[in-house]
Amino acid sequence: MVTNTTDISRIRSVVSGVCDPEIPVLTIEDLGILRDIRFEKEKLVVEITPTFTGCPAMRTIADEIADVLRSEGFTDFDVRLVYSPAWTTDWISESGKLKLKEYGIAPPARSTEQHLAALLSGVRELVHCPFCNSANTRLTSPFGSTACKALHYCDNCHQPFEEFKCH
Amino acid sequence: MNEKEALVEYCLRIGDTSLISGQRMSEWCGHAPILEEDIALTNIALDLIGQARMLYGYAAQVEGKSRTEDDLAYFRDARQYRNVLLAELPNGDFAMTVARQFLLSVYSYHLYTQLCASSDKQLAAFAAKSIKEVAYHVRHFNDWVLRLGDGTQESHQRLQEAVNELWNFVDDLFMADEVDQMMEKAKIGADHNALRAVWETTVLKTLADAKITVPAVNNFMRSGSRAGNHTEYLGYVLAEMQSLPRSYPDAKW
Repeated sequence: MVTNTTDISRIRSVVSGVCDPEIPVLTIEDLGILRDIRFEKEKLVVEITPTFTGCPAMRTIADEIADVLRSEGFTDFDVRLVYSPAWTTDWISESGKLKLKEYGIAPPARSTEQHLAALLSGVRELVHCPFCNSANTRLTSPFGSTACKALHYCDNCHQPFEEFKCH
Repeated sequence: MNEKEALVEYCLRIGDTSLISGQRMSEWCGHAPILEEDIALTNIALDLIGQARMLYGYAAQVEGKSRTEDDLAYFRDARQYRNVLLAELPNGDFAMTVARQFLLSVYSYHLYTQLCASSDKQLAAFAAKSIKEVAYHVRHFNDWVLRLGDGTQESHQRLQEAVNELWNFVDDLFMADEVDQMMEKAKIGADHNALRAVWETTVLKTLADAKITVPAVNNFMRSGSRAGNHTEYLGYVLAEMQSLPRSYPDAKW
């Protein structure tokens, strides 16, 4: 097998199109969880990093990457989970954040560094409603339908909505 | 015991505490006082079980005896489990669960803060990943401690009774044995004295704000988790958690 950069960029272009099963508008590239694609001798290695340690979507994503690679004719490959450096919502691309908002999920507002300190000092972040942009919102639950989301309510347009938590 | 064996044991202790805590949290599924809380507690369970999986995977890899994370979770008995005693105590009422998880998540938060600087790269990566999740747990249970402790007479009384009972298990969190000392010396593990000091500062501040008092220190303190001496409750947790793979060892899921 030829292991040149053209090969890697072709693989990247197909693998990066795999979508998150829970938030299908986002690709794994938008999410920033696709960490590396390389050849180790003949073996193709794709590294992804989990968003949350217990996120059940990781298994599905790894399976889908394997399917894509098989359909591209690869047989000798390995999809690996790497934990370091730890994933952060800062790695979600700008277009990813826009897609989230259009999908009705408020994108993470702060950078993670500021956020960890804020979490423990009791400061509440200002979350804008993804539907009407109002900041007149309140947190109804810091935990939502998936590990990465919190529940909010907009007091302006009276719409409940989800927020992708800073992480 | 060599350093490798100590590292395996060290990872199992943290992993077991996460798993048993996660199993206790999952018992709330469908039973929490409000829907949002049901979702919160089960989300926290998911985080904790995810953290346990990372540590089991790493412990198994370091051990090199081809045990898997499932072997570690499902095919060890109570005497082989190394979780802190606090984690296995029954959920009791909601105040009891809140108090227990508050004490535990503050413990994990400060432990992981130290482990972020571990000389073991894998353990440091685990800590850096997990601390972000645990920060949410700390905030959640911190909020509930304040709300219940400084709430109605009933909620205050229930939380106070929970703290009175759980306080007997605080020493067990910080008992350092040979493994802890080896890990601390190798700069892999945490400094237990420093951990206790920072844990107490955080916990006592919130409890004071919540108008909850801490029992006198001459109370009878239980310990023994590091040698696998558990309370009678752990056996029941394992019986439920392990029943399927033990009955059907070839089951796949």
